Amino acid sequence: MTDQNLQAAVSAGVMSAESEHRALLQSIVEVARAIFSAKAASIFLHDEDADELVFEAVAGEGSDTLVGTRFPSSTGVAGWVLVTRQPLIIDDLEQDPRHSRETAQSTGYVPKAMMTVPLLHNERALGVLNVLDRSKEVEFSLGQMELLGLFANQAAIALDLLQRARHARAVLTESGSDAGVIAQIASALEDLDEEQREPVLRLLGALDDVLRADVSF
Amino acid sequence: MAQPEQQPQSEQQPQPERYTGETLPAWSLPAAASEEIGIGVEWPERVTREWALGDSTGAGIRVCILDSGVQADHPLVGALEGAVALRKTEDGEIVVEDDAEGDLCGHGTACAGIVRSLAPDCRLFSVRVLGAGFKGSGAVLLEGLRWAIGQGFDVINMSLSTTKKQFSGLLHELADSAYFRRTVLVASAHNMPVESYPWRFSSVISVGSHEEADPLTFFYNPSPPVEFFARGVNVEVAWIGGARIRSSGNSFATPHMSGICTLILAKHPELTPFQLKSVLYLTASNVGGAND
Repeated sequence: MTDQNLQAAVSAGVMSAESEHRALLQSIVEVARAIFSAKAASIFLHDEDADELVFEAVAGEGSDTLVGTRFPSSTGVAGWVLVTRQPLIIDDLEQDPRHSRETAQSTGYVPKAMMTVPLLHNERALGVLNVLDRSKEVEFSLGQMELLGLFANQAAIALDLLQRARHARAVLTESGSDAGVIAQIASALEDLDEEQREPVLRLLGALDDVLRADVSF
Repeated sequence: MAQPEQQPQSEQQPQPERYTGETLPAWSLPAAASEEIGIGVEWPERVTREWALGDSTGAGIRVCILDSGVQADHPLVGALEGAVALRKTEDGEIVVEDDAEGDLCGHGTACAGIVRSLAPDCRLFSVRVLGAGFKGSGAVLLEGLRWAIGQGFDVINMSLSTTKKQFSGLLHELADSAYFRRTVLVASAHNMPVESYPWRFSSVISVGSHEEADPLTFFYNPSPPVEFFARGVNVEVAWIGGARIRSSGNSFATPHMSGICTLILAKHPELTPFQLKSVLYLTASNVGGAND
């Protein structure tokens, strides 16, 4: 495979990855919510440049409004968990007036209980997984802590892949390279159904023939 | 509180400098000097919980909470004797200042309240190393620990760890310095199966959680690196805003162990960290403590 072909293949893979990785993160929060019979579960990504936490995926309460919302990275419970890389399990959270007020303002939903766990990949803390208002039928145990940790590992791997894909895409887009253009075309092609794709592929094939032909205009 | 003894180092230069808070060690014991190193502890035939901490209230022992700050006026915490915060300036220097903000999370207040509940007459201090941003937080944590060791606290509660290997060498050196300076460093084991520090070092007292409700029940773990298990599940703790919440994790087992160490040290202030760890072993609930 030539360098150009390789670049185009990589670019195509990168450009099509965002929606798939989002789906993976969404799946993780949905399953986390189901396992703990929780009202909501969410994943925050740490935006290192802005030093903020960003809602990346939400299941349950707030799922339609929260994705993309940001807040400071080192205050509050999620901030403590991110910076210390330690999980924190809290019940009776409504007793904390400051937390309740701040959370209500930013999310419209005030949880009573929270399980917050860091998403660690190698030495890096990528973000935080939050499970809100788990079922009260089973009292918290160390077994649940272990389950939460296992889950967080899976989420961290997905988040790492997502970050790598975004970084690669940013490089391609910013550089304005040929590979970037090809990647955008490949990505658009991915979104077409079979019927729409066929004539476009014919057109691209013809273009490829022209580019390869040793002709001068 | 006094100002720091060492010049904080910036994150751009994380390479450790040797901790200089110790006098040069003596490498040998001259024949005539053996009388000078008498051990001041009258050890009983059998070390019991009653001997170790019976009737102790932790009076006089200086306990440092290295965490997110402490809300001083919380009913479960009581008075703080001092509170500082570490922050990284725009120039990259880490400075130690009086802490005017208190707790930015609730976690430090929770730890302080647990120590106070076990050792009501101890002297509590807060060193805030969290809340000033994610970037550089590892360096701030290190400088906070260095500063606290320099202050000569009897016990430092560290319900924190770092996963960054670049800090492990200096942390190890600081932990050993604390050990030799008779500062007991009680460090929280990680709740997840990841490498982090300083709890893995043998010079600290590392703590994980058990699920029992008695705050004085603790176990010795014959399969380290976690050496002790203390109460850490469904613990009622102090929280910011004067609140009380229930919380779980090794973070809360650690101050239980700090409180127990405080009780023992108040009754036996001459104990070195090595001797204290031996007393903890002998009085652990799965060793001799259950029979007292």
